[in-house]
Amino acid sequence: MEGLERIVREHPFFSGMKEEFTNLLSGCAKNVRFEAGQYIFHEGDPADQFYLVRSGRVALQISAPARSLSIQTVGESEIVGASWLVPPYRWGMDAKALELTRAIAMDAACLRGKCEDDHALGYELMKRFMPILIQRLQAARLQILDVYGVHS
Amino acid sequence: MAYTAEAPAIAAGDDPMVPRIGRVRRRVRELSDVWTLTVEMEDGRPLAFAPGQFNMLTAFGVGEAAISISGDRDRADSGLIHTIRAVGPVSGALTRLGPGDVIGVRGPFGVGWPVDAAKGSDVVIVAGGLGLAPLRPLIYAVLASRKDYGRFALLFGARTPADILFRREIEQWRRRLDVEIQVTVDTSGEDWYGNVGVVTALVPQASFDPQNTIAYVCGPEVMMRFGAAALRDAGVPDTAMYLSMERNMKCGVGLCGHCQLGTAFVCRDGPVFRNDVLRPLMAVKEL
Repeated sequence: MEGLERIVREHPFFSGMKEEFTNLLSGCAKNVRFEAGQYIFHEGDPADQFYLVRSGRVALQISAPARSLSIQTVGESEIVGASWLVPPYRWGMDAKALELTRAIAMDAACLRGKCEDDHALGYELMKRFMPILIQRLQAARLQILDVYGVHS
Repeated sequence: MAYTAEAPAIAAGDDPMVPRIGRVRRRVRELSDVWTLTVEMEDGRPLAFAPGQFNMLTAFGVGEAAISISGDRDRADSGLIHTIRAVGPVSGALTRLGPGDVIGVRGPFGVGWPVDAAKGSDVVIVAGGLGLAPLRPLIYAVLASRKDYGRFALLFGARTPADILFRREIEQWRRRLDVEIQVTVDTSGEDWYGNVGVVTALVPQASFDPQNTIAYVCGPEVMMRFGAAALRDAGVPDTAMYLSMERNMKCGVGLCGHCQLGTAFVCRDGPVFRNDVLRPLMAVKEL
C-alpha cells in the first residue's frame, strides 16, 4: 500500500496536494496495465474509474460508421477520463492503449464518496481537473475550426 | 515596426516590379494539393535570400502570387525552392508548371526570421500545416550551425497524417540526437500511432528554458495566435517570439497597400514580426 500511496503522491496530477489527501485518495487506487491495442473503456460504458497514466500512450477515439477517429492522444503524466465526475457517469468516447500502458485506476464511486465527505478534498481535486478540461475544450474548439483546411 | 534581421534585397540594377525569368527544373508532389518547385534563373544569377523571405511568382497568362522560399539559403546555387499549395487560380497554375516551363520571379521581399537572434539561446519552432515551408530555411540554418544554439525543438501540427509536409525530412531530423521533434495531427484514423491533438498542446511538453528562448511560429493565423499564447503561458516573452503573417501581397515593396496591417505593410515590414508588435494587431477583428 505504501508503494501505491507513493505512486499516487508522485504523479504530476496530484503535485502539491497535501499528503493527507493523497493518502485518502490512495484508498481508491489500484495499479493497472493495458496491452497495445487493448481498449480501456468504450463509449456508453459506466464511467466507474479514471486513470492516471504512468507510462505508455492512450488514444481517445470516437467511432463512426466504418472508421474510428482519434481526437486526442494522452501520455505519461496525463489523465484519461472525466465522465466519472458528472451524471450519468458514462463514457462519451472510447479509450484505446496505443502501446503498453501502465496507469493508476481510481475508483469513481470511492472518489465521489470521499469528496462528498470532505469538500476540501473535492475542491482540491476539482482544481486539478478543471484546467485540464478547459485545455481539452479549447483544443476541441481549435480542432472544430479545422485551421489547416482550405476555406474560401 | 520591423526588427533588425538579415534581409537581402533585390540585386542592384534589377527592377523590383519586373519579374526575372526562371525555368522550373523539378516539380515534386509533397501532399495531395502541395507541390515543391525548384527553379533556375534563366540569367544564371542565383537569387540570394534570407530564411522567411518570399518571392512573387508569376504563372504567365494567369497571375502572380506571393510564395515563401522553402529551400536552403546556403544552397542557393542549386536552385530556388518554393513549396506551393494549390488553392486558387494562380497557385493552381504555378503547381501545374513542370520541368522546362517558364516562371516569373520577383524578389526576394520582406523581412525574414532573425536567425542570429537565437544564437546562444534555446530555439522553439511551432509550425502548423504549410507553415512549415517558410520555416524550413530557418531549420536548415540552425542545424547548419547547431553548436551556436541551445536546445532545439520543432513542434509541428498537421490536419491528418496524410497532411504531414516534408515527412521524410522530418523523420531524418528526428534521427538526430541534438534536436527534439514532435509531430501531432488534429485527427487520425487507426493507422496512426503518433500524437493526436492540437499543436499548441505540444508546447508545455517541449524542453526549453523560457527565459532564454527564441520562438518562431508559422501557420494559419488562428493557430499562430494560440501558439503564441501557449508559449506565453510557458513563460516566453512576446519580445522573444516571431510570427510570419500572411496577407494579400501584390507589389511586394510597400507601395500598393494591399497587405496593410495597421501601420505596417506585411510585404515590406514583415512577413515576420515580433509578437509584441503583432499581438495588438492580431487582436483587432477584420484587420
